[in-house]
Amino acid sequence: MTHLGYLLAGWGLSSFIVLLYAFRLLKRGAELSARVPSEHARWMSSPKQNGR
Amino acid sequence: MTSSITTASKGSKILGMTSIVGFAVLVLLAFFVTDPDIRFHPETGEEFGQFDAVRLLYLHVPLIIVTYLAFVICAIASAGYLVKLTFWWDSMAHAAGEVGTLTCALVLITGSIWGRPVWNTWWEWGDVRVMSTLILFLLFLGYLALRGAFVNPQRAARPAAIVALIAVLDIPLINRSVEWWENRTLHQKSTLSELKIEDLTLFTLMLGILVSLLVMSWLILHRFRVAWLEHVEFEQGIKTAIEERRQMDNED
Repeated sequence: MTHLGYLLAGWGLSSFIVLLYAFRLLKRGAELSARVPSEHARWMSSPKQNGR
Repeated sequence: MTSSITTASKGSKILGMTSIVGFAVLVLLAFFVTDPDIRFHPETGEEFGQFDAVRLLYLHVPLIIVTYLAFVICAIASAGYLVKLTFWWDSMAHAAGEVGTLTCALVLITGSIWGRPVWNTWWEWGDVRVMSTLILFLLFLGYLALRGAFVNPQRAARPAAIVALIAVLDIPLINRSVEWWENRTLHQKSTLSELKIEDLTLFTLMLGILVSLLVMSWLILHRFRVAWLEHVEFEQGIKTAIEERRQMDNED
């Protein structure tokens, strides 16, 4: 396979950056979920949010 | 009443798993099933083309499409915020803007990596498409910086919405630049719209677009939920501070 270094750099770097961002989102989400009452997480419960 | 559950839901887990499986199939097709771009000169018989570097097509082009889409969602949500003034629209704009900025950075990175073997350059300052994409990235980087500059995130919502609506106007410029300034770009005109590519290549490209859309949806969904929780926490902090102040006043 030609240009393997470029292919690995392109695909590898993109995958790594997206995974890192996704991991960071999940971590931040878990931290916030622990501090915020669950009734405010509309994806977990019936929508009782007051419309803001 | 607190919850240790994350921002994931059943739907987002299905979306995430589908994205991972789709990405695995995409890598398989892009690296091992599709053919490299090898052509032969009609007179000399000499080989030319992009060879295996063409496999970056299945990554770079889908990233551009999801970048456009994320920024368009950001602009629509920004307009929605200016009309409705609700936090839902602002959170959606913020989430789409941040994910779009990330994918736009990846467009620039993968474009640079692809450009080196194909055009023999990492970066071309005179290329109108490269430069207009860089401007788009910088505009949305400014959008995110503006959001971060306010202590109260609600105060950032209106100016950020206006910036997003202006920044998104760069997208048609990027898209049409190869036709409007065809002598000032190394990029070729759209092969996708004219279907100048083979069936398997086209299928893999379409799969790449689909997988990128799934990944983008997952990222925006989770970023939206994080923004929502940040907002709730901020509001709670204000309420707590007001109550504490009232108690102090009563004690006095």
